[in-house]
Amino acid sequence: MLELYIVLILMIIGAIIAVETKDILSSIVALGKVGLGLTIAFIILKAPDLAIVQLVVEILTLIILIRATLGRDVRYTKENQNLGIKLLSIILIIIFLFFSFNVLKHLPEFGDPILKVADYYIKNGLEKTGATNLVTSVILDFRAYDTLGEATVLFTAILGALAVLRKKGLKREISKKYEGVKRDE
Amino acid sequence: MNRNDSKGMTVIVKTITRLTIGLILLYGIYILLHGHITPGGGFAGGVIIALSFIHIMLAFGSDVALKKLNKKWSKIIESTGALMFITIAVSGFLGGIFFNNLLDKGEPFELFSAGTILLSNIAIFLKVGAGLFLLFIALVFFKSGGKN
Repeated sequence: MLELYIVLILMIIGAIIAVETKDILSSIVALGKVGLGLTIAFIILKAPDLAIVQLVVEILTLIILIRATLGRDVRYTKENQNLGIKLLSIILIIIFLFFSFNVLKHLPEFGDPILKVADYYIKNGLEKTGATNLVTSVILDFRAYDTLGEATVLFTAILGALAVLRKKGLKREISKKYEGVKRDE
Repeated sequence: MNRNDSKGMTVIVKTITRLTIGLILLYGIYILLHGHITPGGGFAGGVIIALSFIHIMLAFGSDVALKKLNKKWSKIIESTGALMFITIAVSGFLGGIFFNNLLDKGEPFELFSAGTILLSNIAIFLKVGAGLFLLFIALVFFKSGGKN
């Protein structure tokens, strides 16, 4: 478990650097470090399915972030924080840590699930679905309804992004309507 | 994919891209088709295939990549994937339950086994691959215009 804690500490350092750096490219690189650390953490926790997905999605998001931010004049807005806001956030963090420490104490031991359903899936997964990869047999057979919802979310998100970022807008009609509103007023 | 075209990156990047692009596509298809046997699946395979098209677009410029898979066809492929997944879900009603695994389970560790799981993987692959490629096109070619 020691290597997991080392990876987690490196991830936290990367996240702090990503927030605090002035240069936007350095910030994106630090963000990529957090994602790759998460990939290594998944491998240590023996979840290769998640590790593959996390790795490829991390690369895709990094490419999109670099292409979408470089060469554009993305401006920084530095908020001037006064002492009261800083003090308030520190107090909130202390309260949050206190309660989460009390809650996390009551979680079951690592690698010892209390769900009976998981036990059933592990024992009967191969027999019921015929898939030797148990993760796939859960997400596409036992819990396929969840996957349908997730696919719908992705479809709607891409549809919304395409509708917002399209090249040909409804400029003329909207401005006509807007003029009509102005005249009425 | 002409090496001496002035658009895109340098000759070194273009040559390496021509060599590796087939391997990336092959790896994506492997991850997709073996989703029910080894780690992987439709989502990871779709993202890898989308990354291979993005790779072409970064190395050779947008014209070459959009000639291979343009925006209209990406939209059609994405919608086809979504419809295919819904069809698999509804066809489970023939056996009485939503998402019922109707087809033959087959032998474990065979490529054509596990019933509808392989078909669902292919449907998710079509949806995710085309969708993420579309998202990349929309985000990269978006230019923040003036006031109008």
